[in-house]
Amino acid sequence: MQLDARIPDGPIESKWDNFRQSMKLVNPANKRKFKIIVVGSGLAGGSAAATLGELGYHVDCFCFQDSPRRAHSIAAQGGINAAKNYQGDGDSVWRLFYDTVKGGDFRSREANVYRLAHLSRNIIDQCVAAGVPFAREYGGLLDNRSFGGAQVSRTFYARGQTGQQLLLGCYQALARQIHAGQVKMHTRTEMLDLVVKDGRAHGIITRDLATGQVERHTGHAVVLATGGYGRVFYLSTNAMGCNVTAAYRAHKRGAAFANPCYTQIHPTCIPVHGESQSKLTLMSESLRNDGRIWVPQKPDDKRTPSDIPENERDYYLERKYPSFGNLAPRDIASRSAKEACDGGKGVGYGGRGVYLDFADAINRLGADAIKARYGNLFDMYQRITADNPYQTPMRIYPASHYTMGGLWVDYHLMSNVRGLFVLGEANFSDHGANRLGASALMQGLADGYFVISDTLGNYLASEKPELMSTDDGAFQAVETEVTERVNKLLQANGNRSAASFHRELGKIMWEHCGMARNEAGLKEALQKIPKLREEFWANIGVPGTGAQLNQSLEEAGRVADFMEFAELMCRDALHRDESCGGHFREEHQSADGEAVRNDKDFCYAGAWEHKGVGAEQELHKEELEFDNVELATRSYK
Amino acid sequence: MKFKLHIWRQPGPNAEGHMARYEIDDVSPDMSFLEMLDLLNENLHGKGEEPIAFDSDCREGICGMCSLVVNGVPHGPERGATVCQLHMRSFGNNSDIHIEPWRAKAFPVMRDLIVDRTSFDRIIQAGGYISVNSGAAPDANAIPIRKEDADTAFEAATCIGCGACVAACKNASAMLFVSAKNVHLARLPQGQPERIERALKMVEQMDAEGFGNCTNQYECEAVCPKEIPATFIADLNRDFLKAAITK
Repeated sequence: MQLDARIPDGPIESKWDNFRQSMKLVNPANKRKFKIIVVGSGLAGGSAAATLGELGYHVDCFCFQDSPRRAHSIAAQGGINAAKNYQGDGDSVWRLFYDTVKGGDFRSREANVYRLAHLSRNIIDQCVAAGVPFAREYGGLLDNRSFGGAQVSRTFYARGQTGQQLLLGCYQALARQIHAGQVKMHTRTEMLDLVVKDGRAHGIITRDLATGQVERHTGHAVVLATGGYGRVFYLSTNAMGCNVTAAYRAHKRGAAFANPCYTQIHPTCIPVHGESQSKLTLMSESLRNDGRIWVPQKPDDKRTPSDIPENERDYYLERKYPSFGNLAPRDIASRSAKEACDGGKGVGYGGRGVYLDFADAINRLGADAIKARYGNLFDMYQRITADNPYQTPMRIYPASHYTMGGLWVDYHLMSNVRGLFVLGEANFSDHGANRLGASALMQGLADGYFVISDTLGNYLASEKPELMSTDDGAFQAVETEVTERVNKLLQANGNRSAASFHRELGKIMWEHCGMARNEAGLKEALQKIPKLREEFWANIGVPGTGAQLNQSLEEAGRVADFMEFAELMCRDALHRDESCGGHFREEHQSADGEAVRNDKDFCYAGAWEHKGVGAEQELHKEELEFDNVELATRSYK
Repeated sequence: MKFKLHIWRQPGPNAEGHMARYEIDDVSPDMSFLEMLDLLNENLHGKGEEPIAFDSDCREGICGMCSLVVNGVPHGPERGATVCQLHMRSFGNNSDIHIEPWRAKAFPVMRDLIVDRTSFDRIIQAGGYISVNSGAAPDANAIPIRKEDADTAFEAATCIGCGACVAACKNASAMLFVSAKNVHLARLPQGQPERIERALKMVEQMDAEGFGNCTNQYECEAVCPKEIPATFIADLNRDFLKAAITK
C-alpha cells in the first residue's frame, strides 16, 4: 500500500493556491456527464452535494435518516471558528493554524490544517449569505466569543444551536439542488458496501430501509461523509443511528483507516443515571467560561454541595492549570475529572460526576446575565436531571463525543482507493490527536463547500474514470456478499438483541480503550472482543424479515461492524506506545500526570490495512513533518 | 414504576393498524420516555415478538426525528420539549399511556409509529432557501443586520421540522412550519430578492401535499417543541397576499 499525501510544493501559506493554479478543470459543459455519489448529508456531505450540484455534476446523495436535515451535525451546540479577526484581538489565519496544530498535539498534517484555517473565513461569508442567523451585536455586526481554550474571540455562534443553523443552511442549499434536478436524494437509505475494482471506487451497495430493497449505485467517484465512530462506546453524545459501517466497509475494501485510537471524550456531559441509559447529553463547553469545576477534597463526601465549605473543595483545574483554569483543553479537562472520580471524590450516581458551579458567576453578574448566556442549557439540564442549576451546581462527567481518527486521505481528501473521497469527521486529517472546540463544524464545511469541488474536479479531469455498469461482475459480487450478510443476521435465530451486545462491547471499550489506556488493558480487550464477536454471531436474534422496515436488522448490522472495528481501535491504541491528545497511555505520563509524547518514534499517522476479519492489520506510516510549528510539549499551565 | 401502555401497531403502509396493550414495570423515573420504549422492545425481543418501530436519532431534542402522540398530545405533556426529552417522572405510577403516530394525510404511516414526512422536504425544496452558490458570498460583515431582525430570524429558524404542528392541528395544516421558514428568510436582507416567490412556491407545494388550511386554533403553537409563535402565520399570509397581488 502506498500512502502519498500529495502535499503541494511551496511555503505553507501558498500551498492551496499553488494547487488551485495547477489543478485540472472540468469544462462546464462536461460536468453534467459525471455522476457523483455522496454518502451522508451532514455539514460535510450536505455542503458537498449542494456545491457539486451547483457546479453541474449529477449527484446522488444518501442518508439513513428520513430527511437530510436530521444528520447529527445538527446537534453541535457551541460554535464555529474562523480567523476573521472581527474583534481586532490579534487573531489571524496563522494563529488559528498554530492553535489547531498545537491543540491536536502535533499529530495532524500541517498543510491540511493551514488550508482549513485559510478557508475558515470563506465559510462564515457563505453561511451568512445563505441566511444562517449568527448572533449579532446591537450595531448589526457579527458577535464572537472565546471558546475551548482559545485566547482570542474567534467563535461564531447561534445561541447554543450553531450546528443546527449551519446544517439548515446547507440543507437548504441542498434542497435547492434537489429541486433543480441536480441532486437525487435517497433518504432512509443506508450504504452497506463499497464497490472497488482494480483499486478504484465505482459505486456503492445500499439497502432501502423502508422496503428492504438492496440496490446498486454507480458513480465516477464516491464521496463518504458519514461521520465518526463514537458509538463504539455504546454510550456517547452521538445520535442513536451514528455508526461506522460505511467507513468500515470501505476499509475492508482496501481504504486505510488512520489513527482509530484518537477519540475525543468531551468533558461536559450530563452523567449516566442508570443501566437503561441509551445516550448521553452534551452540555456546551461554553459553560466552562463561567462555571467553576470542583469536587470535595475528602473522598466519599456525601454532603450536599452547599454544605461543603470553600476550603474543603478542590477546584482542580484552577489548581493544576492556573493560566487556563476551567478552560483547559478537552482531553485535559476530561482526564482530570476521571482522576478525581478514580480517587473516590466523584459525586452523584456511581460516584461518576464532578460539580460545575455557577454560584460565583451568578453573584458577580446576576442570575439574569447567566440566564441570557446559558438559559437554554440550564433548562435542558433541569429537564433531564430535575435539578435547578441556578440553585445547585450542575453535575457533569466526560462522554465519548468526537473521533479524530478516520479513513486516511491525502491533501485532496482522496483515500488510497482511487476515486474514494472522505470528508468531515469520517476522515483523519485535520485534528490530530485532539480536536479543539468549534473546529469540527469548520472542517465539515471547509471540506464540503470549498475543498472537494476543486479536488474532485481535478481527479475527474486528470484521471478520466469510467462509469461502470451496475451489471458489471464487481457490482454483482458485492451485492451478493451484502445480501448474504443480511440473511446471516436474520437466520442466526439467537435470543440476544443487538443492543445487549452493543452495551457489552461499549463497556469493554470504555474500560480499556477510553479516557486512559494501558498495555495490559488493551491486550485484555483484544482477547475479549473476538470472543464477544463469536458470541454475537452465535446468539444474535433479529426478529422480522429483510423485506420490510426492520430497525432490529439495521441495528444488528451496525453492531456487527462495531464488533470488528473495536479490535482495530484497540490494536492502534496498543501500538501507539506514547500519550498524545485524546490517547492517554498510563505508562507515559510525567510525575504530575501530564501526557508524555514520543516524537522520536511516533510522529506519524498510523494507517491500517485490512487483512481479513480477526487477522492482524498491517500498519503503514505517514511521517508527519512540522516545518512551521515547532514540535513542543503542549503546556496549558 | 409501572405502566399500562396502549400502542398503535401497523405492520406496513397498506396494512390495517390497531391499538395493542402492553404492561411494563421496573421503569425508573429518571428514564426518558424513549428509553422506556427501548426497555419494552427489549422485553418484546425476549418473548420473540417484533419490537415497536419508532423514529428517534439525536435524543436531545434537536434533530426532529422523534414523533409520538402521547395521550393525545404530540410530543406528550411537557411544553417546549420533544418526546425524546420527556422523562417518566412526568407520569403517575400505574397510569395508562396511549402512544400513537402523527396522523395526517400528508404524513402516511410507514410502520407502527413511523410516518413519512418527506412532504416537509418538498416544501423546502420548492423555495425555502436563499439562492447563493458556494464561493459567491460577500464578506459576512458587509451587510449589518438589526439585532432584532437577526433574533427574530433565529427564533423562526429554530424549527426542527418534526411535524408536531401538523399532528396537533385538526386540519393537519403545515402553516406553522411553512411560516417559520418564511419568517426566517424574509427577516434577513439576504432573503429579500426571493421573498415573494418563496412564499408563493412554498404555499403552493404545501397545498399540493394535502396539508389543510389554518383556522386560527393555535394548537400548533401549544405543542411546538421550539415554541415557535403562531403570529408568524400572519407574516406568511401577508407575504402570500402580496405575492398573489403582484404576480
